[in-house]
Amino acid sequence: MEKYLYIALFAPLVSSLFSALFVATPKKLFTGIVASSLIFIAWVASFILLIDVLSTKEAIHVEMMTWIATGDLYIPFGFIVDQVSVTMMMVVLTVSTVVHVYAIGYMDHDEGFNRFFSYLSAFVFSMMILVMSDNFAGLFIGWEGVGLCSWLLIGFWIKKESATWAANEAFIMNRIADLGMLIGIFLVYWNTGTLQYEEAFAAMPGLDHATLTWMGIFLFIGAMGKSAQFPLHTWLADAMEGPTPVSALIHAATMVTAGVYLVIRSNELYTLIPDVGLFIASLGTFVAMFAASMALVNRDIKRVIAYSTLSQLGYMFAAAGLGAYWVALFHLMAHAFFKALLFLGAGNVMHAMDSELDPFKMGGLGKVMKGSMIMMTLASVALAGLFPLAGFFSKDVILEAAFAEHHFIIYTVLLLTAGLTAFYSFRIIALIFHGEERYKLFGFHPHEAYKFMLVAMSPLLLLAVIAGAFRTTFFSMVEEILSATEYHIHSHVTFWVMTFGTQIFVVLAMVYAYKKYMSRDIKFPDGTSEMENSFKYKLLINQYYIPYFYENFFVKPYRELSRVFWKEIDQKVVDATVDGIAKVVYTTGDKTRVMQSGNLSTMLKWMIAGIVILLSLAVVFGLAARHSGGALVLPGLGV
Amino acid sequence: MFEAIAFYLFAFLTIAMFFITVTTSQALYALTALAAGMIFISAFFFILGADFLGAVQIVVYSGAVMALYAFGMMFFDTTRDVKEKKGNSFIIVGLSTLAAILVLVIVGVPMVSDNITALYPITEGVGNTQAVGVVLFTKYLVPFEVAAVMLLVAMIAGIVLAGKKMDLSLTKMSDAEIRDMKLEKNKKVLS
Amino acid sequence: MEIGLNHYLILSTILFAIGLIGVMRRKNLLMLFFATEILLNSVNISFAAISHYYGDLTGQMFAFFVIAIAASEVAVGLGLLIVWHKRHNNIDLEQMSTMRG
Repeated sequence: MEKYLYIALFAPLVSSLFSALFVATPKKLFTGIVASSLIFIAWVASFILLIDVLSTKEAIHVEMMTWIATGDLYIPFGFIVDQVSVTMMMVVLTVSTVVHVYAIGYMDHDEGFNRFFSYLSAFVFSMMILVMSDNFAGLFIGWEGVGLCSWLLIGFWIKKESATWAANEAFIMNRIADLGMLIGIFLVYWNTGTLQYEEAFAAMPGLDHATLTWMGIFLFIGAMGKSAQFPLHTWLADAMEGPTPVSALIHAATMVTAGVYLVIRSNELYTLIPDVGLFIASLGTFVAMFAASMALVNRDIKRVIAYSTLSQLGYMFAAAGLGAYWVALFHLMAHAFFKALLFLGAGNVMHAMDSELDPFKMGGLGKVMKGSMIMMTLASVALAGLFPLAGFFSKDVILEAAFAEHHFIIYTVLLLTAGLTAFYSFRIIALIFHGEERYKLFGFHPHEAYKFMLVAMSPLLLLAVIAGAFRTTFFSMVEEILSATEYHIHSHVTFWVMTFGTQIFVVLAMVYAYKKYMSRDIKFPDGTSEMENSFKYKLLINQYYIPYFYENFFVKPYRELSRVFWKEIDQKVVDATVDGIAKVVYTTGDKTRVMQSGNLSTMLKWMIAGIVILLSLAVVFGLAARHSGGALVLPGLGV
Repeated sequence: MFEAIAFYLFAFLTIAMFFITVTTSQALYALTALAAGMIFISAFFFILGADFLGAVQIVVYSGAVMALYAFGMMFFDTTRDVKEKKGNSFIIVGLSTLAAILVLVIVGVPMVSDNITALYPITEGVGNTQAVGVVLFTKYLVPFEVAAVMLLVAMIAGIVLAGKKMDLSLTKMSDAEIRDMKLEKNKKVLS
Repeated sequence: MEIGLNHYLILSTILFAIGLIGVMRRKNLLMLFFATEILLNSVNISFAAISHYYGDLTGQMFAFFVIAIAASEVAVGLGLLIVWHKRHNNIDLEQMSTMRG
C-alpha cells in the first residue's frame, strides 16, 4: 500500500520536472499529454488508497526519512493517508486531472504551454504534500509551495502588468497570514514538544485554556490568508488575472480550501476551544454574506464566480467553527466539483468571446454553445443547493447545524446568502446564455470549445450531480476520526418546514434572476442609468472601497517608508559608513605616504621618533608592573 | 677622589669633542674631534678597570677605524663646506632630549637595576686581560669565530667595492701577454 | 664624591643623545657615519660601567664584540659610499631619494 502513497505523491513531481525540461521550447503537445497522464496515474493510486481506507478503516502511515533531528526537535518527512486526507487527495487529483486535460485545449495558442504544465503539476505536488503530511512542518512546506505555485500561475502572463501585480498581492497577503501560522506552529511546538499531529493533539487536553486559545487563533490567521477570509480577501478576486484553468484548480477547489483543511485537521484543538470556534463561524458567515453582496452587481464573470467561491468558503468555515467538521469537509468536496465546472465553463465562454469578461456584452450564447450552457446551468443549480444535486446535501446540513445549535443569527444570514447565491449565479447564466444576442453589436464570433475539452469536463458534471448520494458513505467513513454528530432538529415539522422553505426561497431567487436578465430590453449599462449612480451600487461595485482603503492606508505609507529607508538610511547612512571606512583606510595611506619620501634624513628622524615611542611604552609598562606587584609579566625588562 | 676628578674631566672632554663632531661644518674638524673622542672614551674603560677593552678601543677605533675614515675622506673634497639643509632644529633637539630623558627614567627609577645577577663574575686576583681571555675562549668562543668570519667578509667586500681594474689578473697571464700589455700602454702614452 | 653606576649611565645617555642629534641633522653621508660611531661608543661605555659595578664580565664581552662589529661596518659602509660617489659624484642625503614610495 505504501507504494501507492508514493506514486500519488511523486507522480505530479515527475510530471512537473518532465515539463520543466521543455520550458524554453515552443509548444509541444506531448508535454500536456504526459503531464495529464501522470496526474491521472496519481488519481488511480489515490483511488486505490481510498478503497483501502474505506474497507480497512485504518490509516496508512509512512515515514520517508528524517528531516530535522537536533536536540529535542524531531521532524521527519512523514505522510499519512487517513480518511480526511484521502478525501482531500481524491478531490485535488480529480479536479487536477480534469484541469490538465482541459488546459491542453485552453492553452492551445499560448507560447508558454510547456511552462504552464510544469507550474500546474508543481502545484499539484505541493498540494499533495500539504494534505498528506503528518506533521505541521510538512504542512507548512506544502502551504508555502502552493503559495509559490499560485504566484507563478497567477502571474503566468508575465508581460501583463495587472497579472503580475495580482500575483504579488496574492503572495504578499498569504505571507502576512503565514506569519500568524508560524507563530501558531511555534506555540504548538513550545507547549507540546512535538509537531506530529497525533502526539501534539494527544498532549493538548493537558494544556491550559489561554494557550490553546492563542494556538487556535494564530493557526486560524494562517487559514484566513490562504482561504481569503476578511480582511485578507482582496487577493482572491484579483487572482482571476491568471488563466482560467488556474482559477478552476487553485482558486476554486484546492488552494483556497487548504485553510479549511487546516481547521478540519486541527479539529481536536478547536473542539477544546469552542469560543474560537464560534468566532470562526461568525467570521465565515460574515464573509459569506459580504462576498455574495459584492457578486450581485459585478460585471466580470470570473470575478462573480470568485466571489461565489469566497462565499462558499465562508460556509465551510461556518460549519467548521460550529463543530460540524465532517459537514465542512463534505461541502468542500462537493463545492470543488461544481465550482471547478463553473470556472471551466466560464473559460469556454471567454475563449469563445476572445477573452471578454463583461456579461453585458454577451447574450444569447446558448444557441451557439449548447454544451457549455448545460454544464454551467447544472453547476449553478448545484451551487444554489437545489435538490437532488450535490449542493443541497452539503449546504442544507450546514443550515441545519446552525439551527440545531441555536445560532439563529448565523442561520438567518446563511439562509439569506443562499438566496443571494442563487440570484447572482443565475444572473450570470441568464446574461450570458439567454436573451438577446448583444455580442453581435460588438463584433464577436463565438464558437463552442473543442470536443475533448467538453468530454474532460463531464466527469465533474457527473460528480456535481450525484455527489450527494455519497453522503452516508462519507459519513460512515469519516466518523472514525472526526467528531461525528448527526444534527437532529427536534421536531420533524420544523425540519420539513426548514428544508422546503429553503428550497422555495432559492427557486424564487432563481426565477427572479431569470426574469430580470432574460428579457429582451436589458440595456447595456454605460454609466448613465440611475441604478449605476446610486450609492449602494457604487459601494458594491467598488467592493466596499476596501481595496481603495488598503491602497491608501497600507500600501502607500509602506512604499513611502521603504523609500525613506532606501534613500535616507540605506544610501546615506549604511553605504556612507562602509564607503567611509574604505575612505579612511585610503586617506590614511595617502597621508602617510609622505613618510616614504626616499629622503634618508627624514627616515632617520622617523626612526628616532619611533624609538621614543617605544621607550615611553617601556616606561609606562615598567611602572605599571612595578606598582601592580606582578600582575603583568614582562620578562624582557627583567621585572 | 682621583676617580671623581678623572671621571668629570674626561666626561667633559668627551661631550665637548662629540658635540664638535656633530655640529661643525668642516669635515676635517669633525674627523679630528671624533678621533679625540675615541681616545677619551678609552680613558673611561681604564678607569672602570676594563684594561683589555680600553686597549682594544684605542687600537681598533682610534687606529683602524679612524684611518679608514681618513682614507675615505680622501675621495671627497674636504675644503668645501658641508652644506646643511635648514632642518627643523626644534624637532631634532626635542626628539633627542626626549629619548635621553626616557632612557634616564628607565635606568634611574630604577626598574631594571635591582634584578641584575652576575652570570660570569669577576674573580679577584686575576688580571683583567687574563679574565677576559678565559671567558672569551670558553663561553664566547662561537661568537668569536663568527666575528672573525664576518671581518673576513667585510674585508673582501671592501676590496671588491673599492678596487679598480679587477678583471685583469697578472698572475694568470703568461709572460708574453704581460709584455704585449706593457707595449700597448707605452704606445698609448707616447701617441 | 662617590662615582656610582648612575653617573656613567647619565653620561652614556648624554652621549647617545648627541649621537641622535648628529644622525638627524647631518646631510652629508660621511658625517652621518661619524654620528653612528658616537652612538656605538656611548653604548660601550654603559656596558663597561654595568660590568664593573655588578662584577660581571658579560658587559665587557659585549662591548668587545660591538667594537669588532663597528669596525667591519665602517669598512663595508665606506666601500658602498665610494661606489655611490663614483656614480653620482656627490654624497648629499637630500639627493639620495631613489627609494621614494
